[in-house]
Amino acid sequence: MSRRHAEEGDLVMAMNNVGRPTAAIANNGAAPTTFSGARGLLQPTSLIFETGSIDRTGVDLPPVKGVKTRLGGLARKSSTGNPGLSEPEAVRHYVRLSQRNYAIDLGMFPLGSCTMKHNARLNEKMARLPGFADVHPLQPVSTVQGALGVMDQLSHWLITLTGMKAVALSPKAGAHGELCGMLAIRAALDAQGQTHRRRVLVPESAHGTNPATAVQCGFIVDEIKAAPDGRVDLSDLKTKLGEDVAGIMLTNPNTCGLFERDIREIADLIHAAGGYFYCDGANFNAIAGRVRPGDLGVDAMHINLHKTFSTPHGGGGPGSGPTVLSDALAPFAPVPYVVTRADGSLDLVEHEADSDGEPFGRMVAFHGQMGMYTRALTYMLSHGADGIKQASEDAVLNANYVQACLKEHMSPAFDGVCMHEALFDDSWLEGTGVTTLDFAKAMIDEGYHPMTMYFPLVVHGAMLIEPTESESKASLDAFIASMTGLAKAAKAGDTTRFTGAPYHAPVKRLDETRAARKPVLKWAPPVEASKIAAE
Amino acid sequence: MTTKYTKDHEWVSVAGDIATCGITAYAADQLGDVVFVELPNIGRIVSQGDEVAVVESVKAASDVYAPVSGEVVDVNEALAEAPEGVNEAAESTGWFTKLKLTDPAELDALMDRAAYDSYLAGL
Repeated sequence: MSRRHAEEGDLVMAMNNVGRPTAAIANNGAAPTTFSGARGLLQPTSLIFETGSIDRTGVDLPPVKGVKTRLGGLARKSSTGNPGLSEPEAVRHYVRLSQRNYAIDLGMFPLGSCTMKHNARLNEKMARLPGFADVHPLQPVSTVQGALGVMDQLSHWLITLTGMKAVALSPKAGAHGELCGMLAIRAALDAQGQTHRRRVLVPESAHGTNPATAVQCGFIVDEIKAAPDGRVDLSDLKTKLGEDVAGIMLTNPNTCGLFERDIREIADLIHAAGGYFYCDGANFNAIAGRVRPGDLGVDAMHINLHKTFSTPHGGGGPGSGPTVLSDALAPFAPVPYVVTRADGSLDLVEHEADSDGEPFGRMVAFHGQMGMYTRALTYMLSHGADGIKQASEDAVLNANYVQACLKEHMSPAFDGVCMHEALFDDSWLEGTGVTTLDFAKAMIDEGYHPMTMYFPLVVHGAMLIEPTESESKASLDAFIASMTGLAKAAKAGDTTRFTGAPYHAPVKRLDETRAARKPVLKWAPPVEASKIAAE
Repeated sequence: MTTKYTKDHEWVSVAGDIATCGITAYAADQLGDVVFVELPNIGRIVSQGDEVAVVESVKAASDVYAPVSGEVVDVNEALAEAPEGVNEAAESTGWFTKLKLTDPAELDALMDRAAYDSYLAGL
């Protein structure tokens, strides 16, 4: 074929005569280490104190002239030790760290008991409206009627969903809400002159915060055994009742992901014995919109807005733990709270003397987590009562789907359907040389945040999986495929996949034992650190 | 010297009126690596079943109960600096407390080694 010369007006494109293969040439060897320390697009990072240098500080101010020191020789002579970085260096440092993080915005976060559900962006948009974001807690109430309106509406929703008389919005997290509820119980007992009632019954599957709260309030804790089906042992409860019982702290659904089906009887028993019923509402997300705790005989319950009502948590925080109270406990609700005046305006009752009840006191300096109130109310209004009910149902459905798909590969801790989380024990790992911890580490290699492990304590080697309603079936199927693959590998003797995991994470297996026994709590320059080691 | 065991996996070894107490090797194994041990003050009077110490591992924090009633006359200070001593020798040098017995008859109701072993086998 003779070469044809292009002529003017010819539409033939110039031929690419560079010619290069674009597919990778097969390489069966290990990936080479890099000169930079980066692994592809994952950049190397070091601590900000190791990165910084004073001569790279982003802000360059001239020396201040004509200032006479009044510190009388007490002025600091050494460097403050602050790292010096330019703005792009500071930004890159934190972006690189964020790339090593795991988040619900990145993938499924099946951390049981924590309810890592999606944080809707609409919530964020509302919380950033200047009328909510830019108000000051000390502003006159006449200038923050909208913000007080959010608190009032949120209170209405919480009272309606729980079937209770009143709500204290101010507690700032779940445990703080527990404290609020138990202080209300103590105040009610004291008001009746029942100061001898100081024993609180707590099931052995309880969150650790329950007994801690009771002790903090001056109660003593008496443990109730679990029945073989993972629920409260009613006969043990009956033997523990008595004249000195202040109340019971019960989680429902409980930490095994099971509904305490005897809850009405438990409530009646505790009331007949003269005590109050505190319900740990951490798992309200399984029943919200379907069951009203007030109908079950509950006297006080905290609600984790950061779980059930999708406000951020797990580092994105802060938490918020409003506590609903029954008719019996409502008069003891702490200040501040919102009231509607005769002219329809909203006001804040700030002082115990201004209350028509008997507030036990005040738990926070101001109103509580205002930003979380806005987000939670946004979630409620965007879902509606029917949507909240469906969210609860979908959370339960998703957990049961996971349990049903995994039960032939792993061992469910209890028979039957679960509520919003699926609990497995480690009996299926027996003889494999793989522990619950190893299995969790291998999940990191699969791209998942591990499930909650070794909790609840009543289940050996517990693995507690809470998918939440946020996950689609496709997402659950992908998770189940990974879990099934891992379970089969463990049983097939592929032990090193687990005992050395994680292999693919930016940071490998950490020595938790050494970190707990010999914690290094303060950064020291490398030179000093080596000196310390030498000593 | 007699050694007895509780259902909560404590052991108690008696010489004269002094009872040395600790957690069993089974308990230490179940807890995993022990990272912290909280011991009582010397002179504290405890009743059988009272919380007398706390043992914390990478998995969980657990109460340790007094297997018998008595006065705390000594504690194993070495565990404060080296809690791994519990994992290394739970039933000897990893002891927690020494109690001066107030009611030696309580020992009779506790399990001996054979009974404890069969109790473990049934778990």
